[in-house]
Amino acid sequence: MISRKALGSLVCLSAVTTLIWVAVGNWKVHYLPYYLPCPEIFSKELQYLEEKPVQLFPQLFYQQPRVLAPKRQDVLTVTPWLAPIIWEGTFSPEILDSVYMPLNLTIGVTAFAIGKYTRFVGRFLESAEMHFMKGYRVNYYIFTDNPEMIPDVQLQPGRRFDVVHIKKYSSWQEISMRRMEAINLHIAERSHREVDYLFCLDIDMVFHNAWGAETLSDIVAAMHPGYFNVPRSQFPYERRSSSAAYIPEGEGDFYYGGAVFGGLVKKVYEFTKTCHLTILADKANGIMAAWQEESHLNRHFLSHKPSKVLSPEYIWDDRKPKPPEIFLIRFSTVDKSYQEVRN
Amino acid sequence: MISRKALGSLVCLSAVTTLIWVAVGNWKVHYLPYYLPCPEILLFYQQPRVLAPKRQDVLTVTPWLAPIIWEGTFSPEILDSVYMPLNLTIGVTAFAIGKYTRFVGRFLESAEMHFMKGYRVNYYIFTDNPEMIPDVQLQPGRRFDVVHIKKYSSWQEISMRRMEAINLHIAERSHREVDYLFCLDIDMVFHNAWGAETLSDIVAAMHPGYFNVPRSQFPYERRSSSAAYIPEGEGDFYYGGAVFGGLVKKVYEFTKTCHLTILADKANGIMAAWQEESHLNRHFLSHKPSKVLSPEYIWDDRKPKPPEIFLIRFSTVDKSYQEVRN
Repeated sequence: MISRKALGSLVCLSAVTTLIWVAVGNWKVHYLPYYLPCPEIFSKELQYLEEKPVQLFPQLFYQQPRVLAPKRQDVLTVTPWLAPIIWEGTFSPEILDSVYMPLNLTIGVTAFAIGKYTRFVGRFLESAEMHFMKGYRVNYYIFTDNPEMIPDVQLQPGRRFDVVHIKKYSSWQEISMRRMEAINLHIAERSHREVDYLFCLDIDMVFHNAWGAETLSDIVAAMHPGYFNVPRSQFPYERRSSSAAYIPEGEGDFYYGGAVFGGLVKKVYEFTKTCHLTILADKANGIMAAWQEESHLNRHFLSHKPSKVLSPEYIWDDRKPKPPEIFLIRFSTVDKSYQEVRN
Repeated sequence: MISRKALGSLVCLSAVTTLIWVAVGNWKVHYLPYYLPCPEILLFYQQPRVLAPKRQDVLTVTPWLAPIIWEGTFSPEILDSVYMPLNLTIGVTAFAIGKYTRFVGRFLESAEMHFMKGYRVNYYIFTDNPEMIPDVQLQPGRRFDVVHIKKYSSWQEISMRRMEAINLHIAERSHREVDYLFCLDIDMVFHNAWGAETLSDIVAAMHPGYFNVPRSQFPYERRSSSAAYIPEGEGDFYYGGAVFGGLVKKVYEFTKTCHLTILADKANGIMAAWQEESHLNRHFLSHKPSKVLSPEYIWDDRKPKPPEIFLIRFSTVDKSYQEVRN
């Protein structure tokens, strides 16, 4: 006695019900608590029109580090006090840049171009523009007694250079040793406000390969290229006990080069102050250390271990043949006549 | 015409002069600038050999230049000479909920023998049952505090709530009492020295089951709806949830982030594959640790010792999981 309309509605109803039942049973139906955003948002990349794409967790793709297959088996990659030793192959520039670039750091570089050493400034700056801390803000501080001799070098955006006018001392050894004082004063007056990390480099050198964020740390020293594979008894430490840079036989980790050191500007400030005071102490006692401030630097780094040590890739001497453990040379001396430039 | 007395004095004088001359000449006479302190008493140790690494069989530094700590890569004497003068206090948190209180005694006794010897240590034992915590005699400079917390319903919940508990405790107490904090599992025992080589800003440890395995086999959370999701093709190491630590400030931030991601998942009705360990791994992928401990620091005694593990420092106690968790 059911009318055709009612029958039709019933059939429709059961058909729809069956359809829904089939859908719920077979097809994916997501039941989400209404008060929550969709879970996919957590891993979804949102592309705003005007802004850069925002990624919740930036994705970097690189090879998995193999725990039982070190990339460098031929060299020591960490010191006994657990400071990494930086060799090609031990680090990934992409990962390091992904950590350091967001910090918006400014890196400072000091270099001393006194007297005839102004001739090296051009090549130093040009090679630094190609290889040093690419992508970071860099301030070059060129210390000189003769500001007019400093060439005008075109720099990449975000990088600038300042000429600092200082006094020229009488002998090249004195000039070399007074660098500590000059850097220290300059930090106090200017750089502590302008840079986060500071590197103190020799000017008579040139960059050949990338020098990047792998070198950033609290306090950084570099292994002198002539002494990294030599017993400590042959390190040219200051061996006279009357000097403040004295290191006795049987002590010493590495022989660090005076041409490269750096770190957080605060740490470089403390370090240059200590070195300058020990240099003055020696001067008062009428003694000059065997390798000037390099001896004092070594004395300091023996008691206050660096937090990163750069391999000789970062402080090479082009007169030396390249040994197998040095895969690439990043920073190295310019060929010159020492006698000619120092007088 | 010189009298015998005068001659005697002259001889004496020249003898003394000669003696002094010999002393200055041959024996070590240190002339120190009066205004400088005595040179520090330095350590004597073997020279590090640049071309002869002590460990050639294992990776000793991560691609982001965090040292990986294996036996042979560090010198405890040098590290102690750096860290001991800083007068640090190291904190340890461990959770002994329900039946897990039975592990406290052995944990503390072994820690007294091996953990941070010579440093000030504060143990914080979190428990729901303070009377079940045995009284263990500690070395001088070391103390332990019992922290009373709530017991949750399931062992997974208990495990995940550790992040919140550590975070709250740091905010209320530990940030004032310790410099570095380690968060360890209680059902484990120290077998060998655990020292200052483990101190760093933020420290994670490699899970013993996955340090030699391709990343596709890491038991990361693989469901994209979880906040602990790590897609295929990503991942450095699989870190174990039983050991993590670092500066108390960094542990505070880390535990807060992990707890928030755990809550986000809970609100979405999902629980990560390995509870807070999955969230820990997600966090350490984006915020790389500054030191990574090798599996020597987080071993599983049921595994045979492979050749690359020279000594086991911290490892699980043999137990029946089914029995203790219920």
